[in-house]
Amino acid sequence: MKNVSKNKRSALGASVSFSVLIGVTVLSGCALFGNTDYSERGHEVIKTSFRAEGIAGLDRIQQDSFQALCSNPVASQAKDTEALRVSMQNKALAAIAQPADGNYFGDWKQGERIAQSGRGATWTDKADAENGGGCYNCHQIDKKEISHGTIGPSLWNYGKLRGKSEPVVQYTWNRLNNSKAYNACSNMPRFGHNKVLTEQQLKHLMALLLDPASPVNQ
Amino acid sequence: MKKTTLFKTAVLGACLSSGVAFAQSATDAIAKYREMIAEGNPSELYEAAGEEYWAAPGGPKKASLQACDLGLGPGVVKGAYAQLPRYFADTGRVQDLESRLMTCMETLQGISAKGIADAAFGKGLKKDIEAVVAYVVTHSRDMPIKVPMSHSKEKEMYAIGRQAFYFQGGPMDFSCASCHAADQQRIRLQDLPNLTKNPGAAVGWGSWPAYRVSNGEFWTMQRRINDCFRQQRLPFPLYGSDLTVALSSYMAINANGGVLMTPGLKR
Repeated sequence: MKNVSKNKRSALGASVSFSVLIGVTVLSGCALFGNTDYSERGHEVIKTSFRAEGIAGLDRIQQDSFQALCSNPVASQAKDTEALRVSMQNKALAAIAQPADGNYFGDWKQGERIAQSGRGATWTDKADAENGGGCYNCHQIDKKEISHGTIGPSLWNYGKLRGKSEPVVQYTWNRLNNSKAYNACSNMPRFGHNKVLTEQQLKHLMALLLDPASPVNQ
Repeated sequence: MKKTTLFKTAVLGACLSSGVAFAQSATDAIAKYREMIAEGNPSELYEAAGEEYWAAPGGPKKASLQACDLGLGPGVVKGAYAQLPRYFADTGRVQDLESRLMTCMETLQGISAKGIADAAFGKGLKKDIEAVVAYVVTHSRDMPIKVPMSHSKEKEMYAIGRQAFYFQGGPMDFSCASCHAADQQRIRLQDLPNLTKNPGAAVGWGSWPAYRVSNGEFWTMQRRINDCFRQQRLPFPLYGSDLTVALSSYMAINANGGVLMTPGLKR
């Protein structure tokens, strides 16, 4: 897969971090949607209109560079932020941890369970509750599950169509960990990067997508 | 309840048909259910309680809400919801229906606005304000949405609302726009209205507040927005805060020209 070749460009990551910071500061501090007058007031309103509840603390409205950039629907798609986005993606790609034991695959049955569960991380959830991936909220996966969303692409026959070569395995692992490493404003949560799912849970999802025995690949 | 049984039968019927057809059938079954109980939306119980609350003396000042100005003059309820949120000179703020009712309950009845904000949804002072909301929105049903954006504060609130709509945060990087900025999308089988323009904005804005069949409760727009933020994994939006009003301004103005179906009926 061509996306995996981006791994080799990871060395760029460290050197661009400073310009990334500057770029995002400039973006969030000025003309949002062309309404220069209101954006500062808007940030103030957002900052002062929440309170912490349960496990959902106010740290959750402290944006990182991706969230700040992608909160501007114009700038996040603009030609003049393309270089910035590519550098942010490369840095994110370089930061993805590969499995310590070199094994990328768990049990597809547990993967299916994780894909089904949309639970976790809300203010009504407990801190020690297991998070789900909520994958079916947005994707078709096993065709037998007819209650699936359409925000993401269909993953039916994901492994059957792509095989299980090393580049495919690594790309899939990286996508699950940090989808923004390939598309800075991807709608998909950064499950590994943001620790929404554990390494073991991600391995189960890998099996659901790529194991030839998984119902996804029948 | 007979109606619930009918609904279950309709859904079961849909389940028995082929899988591919299910998504459409489930939507149809819910539409059919809405039709069946349209003449008897359980919101009517809340509306009746709200009508009573509006006219009866209450609070420390033993006053009714009949002098409350919802934007069309003191005591005018008919059509009031169709032009909210709007700017109010007496508070110097753009207010949605609920933050405006908080002002009225505080100034006319002597009830602490903080007390209303702090109460849990469906309980105590929140239950009172929710009933009044049901009463007010029923009296704008079938009316065109006509929310003003002439005052500078109204323009500002719309812009802030748009900014808030796209604001990403939390462990899942979600914003309102993650689900509600494109046409023809679904989460599971739930259709997601595109709230950035019509017809989606009118479908979304125009069908809340609503009675929710799944939990048997009447949900105001403040509560709807609150639960959206919960599902976004963000912290708790303060009741009646400028953030929630701004989001309502953004949705309502995008919905202008559409028709209010309030109170709605949801799964």
